[in-house]
Amino acid sequence: MEALPSNSSLELHQLREKLDSRFPQVDDVFEECIKEAKAVLSPLGIEQYIEQARFLGKMGRGVEPMIIFLQEWPQAANILGEKSLECIKETIHAIWKSPNGIAITAFLESLPAISRRLPSEDLLKEYLAVTVDLMNRTSTSIHGIHKTYASPSLVDFIQHSHQLLGVMSISGIKKWVDYGVRNYHHHPENQRAFFQLKSSDSKAVMQRERSGTLLVDNTRKLDLYLLGLWNETELLVPYPTGINGSLIHAPYYDHTGIRLPDVYEDLNEIPGIDRYRATLAHMAGHRTWSTPIFADNFSPLQRLAVEFIEDARIDFLIIKQYPGLEKLLLSLHPKPFEGECNPQSHSCIRHRLAMLSRAIIDINHGYQDAEIQHYSEKIRTLLAKEDLSTQEVLNIALSYVAKTRLQSDQLPQTYFKDTEISYRDDNRHLWKFYELSDDEEQFDLKPATDSAEEIQALPPRHYPEWDYTSQTYRPDWVSLYEGLHPAGDPREIDQILEKHSVLAKRLKRLFDLLKPQNQVRIRYQEEGDELDLDVALRSLIDLKSGNQPDLRINMSHKTNGRSIAVMLLLDLSESLNAKLESSNQSILELSQEAVALFASSIDTLGDPFAIAGFHSNSRHDVNYLHIKGYSESWNDDVKGRLANLNAKHSTRMGAAMRHAAHYLNGQSADKKLMIVLTDGEPSDIDVSDENVLIQDARQAVIELDHMGIFTYCINLDKNADQYVGNIFGKQFTVIDHIEKLPEQLPRLFMALTH
Amino acid sequence: MSEAQQYRIKTQPFYQPQANEIALYEAAYQARLPVMLKGPTGCGKSRFVEYMAWKLNKPLITVACNEDMTASDLLGRYLLESNGTRWLDGPLTSAVRMGAICYLDEVVEARQDTTVVIHPLTDHRRQLPLDKRGELIEAHPDFQLVISYNPGYQSLMKDLKQSTKQRFVGFNFDYPTQDVEANIISSETGIDLETAQKLSQIALVARKLKGHGLDEGISTRLLVYAASLIKLGINPRDASLMAMVRPVTDDEDIGATLEHAIDAIFA
Repeated sequence: MEALPSNSSLELHQLREKLDSRFPQVDDVFEECIKEAKAVLSPLGIEQYIEQARFLGKMGRGVEPMIIFLQEWPQAANILGEKSLECIKETIHAIWKSPNGIAITAFLESLPAISRRLPSEDLLKEYLAVTVDLMNRTSTSIHGIHKTYASPSLVDFIQHSHQLLGVMSISGIKKWVDYGVRNYHHHPENQRAFFQLKSSDSKAVMQRERSGTLLVDNTRKLDLYLLGLWNETELLVPYPTGINGSLIHAPYYDHTGIRLPDVYEDLNEIPGIDRYRATLAHMAGHRTWSTPIFADNFSPLQRLAVEFIEDARIDFLIIKQYPGLEKLLLSLHPKPFEGECNPQSHSCIRHRLAMLSRAIIDINHGYQDAEIQHYSEKIRTLLAKEDLSTQEVLNIALSYVAKTRLQSDQLPQTYFKDTEISYRDDNRHLWKFYELSDDEEQFDLKPATDSAEEIQALPPRHYPEWDYTSQTYRPDWVSLYEGLHPAGDPREIDQILEKHSVLAKRLKRLFDLLKPQNQVRIRYQEEGDELDLDVALRSLIDLKSGNQPDLRINMSHKTNGRSIAVMLLLDLSESLNAKLESSNQSILELSQEAVALFASSIDTLGDPFAIAGFHSNSRHDVNYLHIKGYSESWNDDVKGRLANLNAKHSTRMGAAMRHAAHYLNGQSADKKLMIVLTDGEPSDIDVSDENVLIQDARQAVIELDHMGIFTYCINLDKNADQYVGNIFGKQFTVIDHIEKLPEQLPRLFMALTH
Repeated sequence: MSEAQQYRIKTQPFYQPQANEIALYEAAYQARLPVMLKGPTGCGKSRFVEYMAWKLNKPLITVACNEDMTASDLLGRYLLESNGTRWLDGPLTSAVRMGAICYLDEVVEARQDTTVVIHPLTDHRRQLPLDKRGELIEAHPDFQLVISYNPGYQSLMKDLKQSTKQRFVGFNFDYPTQDVEANIISSETGIDLETAQKLSQIALVARKLKGHGLDEGISTRLLVYAASLIKLGINPRDASLMAMVRPVTDDEDIGATLEHAIDAIFA
């Protein structure tokens, strides 16, 4: 290395003095670091740089922090600006003063990577605030106010931060951190798993906060697009991209569906949704116009050329059919600069093919290369005459490759810049093979498995749960299993109805009155269907006797239908087994009687109705028991299930309501009513804060309200007033005399629907 | 005769035949068979009847049916006057008397008891009993009944009874093919064929979405509206949005898809 001028070496010496460190390792790197720092920092900046390094060396954490800072800061400062040292300094101080000193090293190491993701000082400050916030909230103490235990997850967070910044905005990270801290505050293992991005809800929350356009949010739009413009219906399946990269590099389709990345960021000012559309258009184009060809006889380079030209052909045809897509495709198709790739050092085959592909779809390509001009012109002319199949593309591609072949195409270094076309799929459909594999034995061909292991139960459905402290949903928090309620003897229900026959008759009379009357006469109409003779005669008499006649002499009819779908949701938790003081019946038995009477009454009325029960045993096991469905009639099967009502476990109401709502919502009635019959507040064994489930149920009621479902609670708990209003607003009744329930339930229903 | 005169079609309506329906209709008229036209809204059913009435030179009485329509709206009713009541013929009765073609548009909309009154007119009897007046009218030899309905409603309530259906001979109407439709749009509005083709292509997209949140595809009528707007100098994108997207859907996803289709087709 060339020696520095003497005044520089003097200065170096002074700075070294200022650093005031006797760690021998510093000497190895100091000169290099200062040289780098001088290139990007002002004299004042250098002073602060040395000052900060000195502090790090003296803080008692060994030489490592200082060395890392000396090496990393110039790089970071180059992007962030040297002024941002101030806030970084503050953060280091904050970490140093807490029990988390060990994290300083990780923090300093992460600086350059982070600075590339955070180009402005404001963003940096926000990020640092999130870091400090995370640290403060996860450092725990046992006695009093001083934090004594280090945060279990701070280092993990810092180490993953640059990846997080790659996929989420700062506000997204803030929410993600907040979620992790709140839910795993008392569980260091889970907290680490969350911040290491290992736990599933960590990934789920991250997915929710992703920047860009998510496929899941737009599936319907894209389905409609595919059907409307391309007359195709196909399952759209997202594949994961982001944090850990992806195993799949390009969209593709096979017999199981179309695979698309789970998220598209905007590219070249094209919004993510249009990128999805372009990708689908390209695939649909292949499906319409491409035919598979045998691949065995072609070299990889030849195949590459065929794929590029075939892709361009498809794009050309797409543009021909939908000229408006030209702008979209041209914006997404990279435009490689001619002559940018040096054939001496790189393999330029991709570069050439990308240029050719561009030239085929872009008439204003401006490339000078004679072969590109010749071939693109030829292909365009053939395409304009609709005279080009995949097979002919093959021939053209082979001749192009042969004509433009360079020795350097075989070089290991391939030039990739501007050659990757993001909306194109991997063309796996384009090739077919004489032989399935080169291997003598084919291990990947599994023998056909017998389908003896059929799934016995329905797979669980996952529902979110509302977290009132943060006002957000915990995604897929509750697993709900739906099953048929075990059946018993239907005669028991008939006996119950027999026992209450007097009440049943009275109810039947009342419900008969409610029966929809299809035609209702409206009299005294000026304009109407028919002459109302009584009134007309009266008017005529008035007229003859010289009085002012009443002109409203017609009558008309109107239809008065009734269209209500009902869902009765029964809480079947353990507490229902309690016996009443006044009689030897349990609440469960009374509910059973009430439901039996209710069901037979509605049955006379003819409204579609369903009955289901639920109980829960932690969030992983919510059971939804089907008793009667909308399409079932009030028959012995249903009665049998009702006769065998069985109560156990706890009451996780929100998830059950959401699940019941999805059935009710499928009904086409004008009015939808969900009646929840419960004997207590929502609770579960894995929730210590009782308010969580109450607020979740409240949120479920609001969601149902948005769906147009009217929710009504019948509560058998005398003390329910304290909470039931919080959940159901004014839509509830508390029944104090539980013995009256069999009579009250149908009456309440009548009052609600009349 | 002067009353019949007002129901005559004065100028030739534009009608683009899609197959041999004109000859078939003429035969049906010759045999005085009642005719039923089925097809989605805005595909040219009413225009066809108008055209046939003009071609056969017969008066045409059109009744747009609605769910509040009753039998007396078709047959007639008593009106009150200073010295008693006066009978006023309804449109069906007038047509039966004067020998017109009576066209009941969207007949499923009418209540089922209403549709029953046409039964005696549509079999060999060709009579119309007016029980309120105690009168039995023999149909004029020129009289013919035509009904139309849209089987795409998919509603349990809105269907014709078999006993009604089986009194008619039927024509199935559907949206014309792209070229024919473009020709129609261009003849109706004077717009150039290329733009008309594009409009028809957009409609094709929408018609594929029927049942996926769209109750009914974009009708030829709406395409003609859009073309008229374009003819007046409105930019095709705006005209298509206004005439072809906004009226047919409130669904955001469908709206976005159609909007994209318009962008893709009108480059």
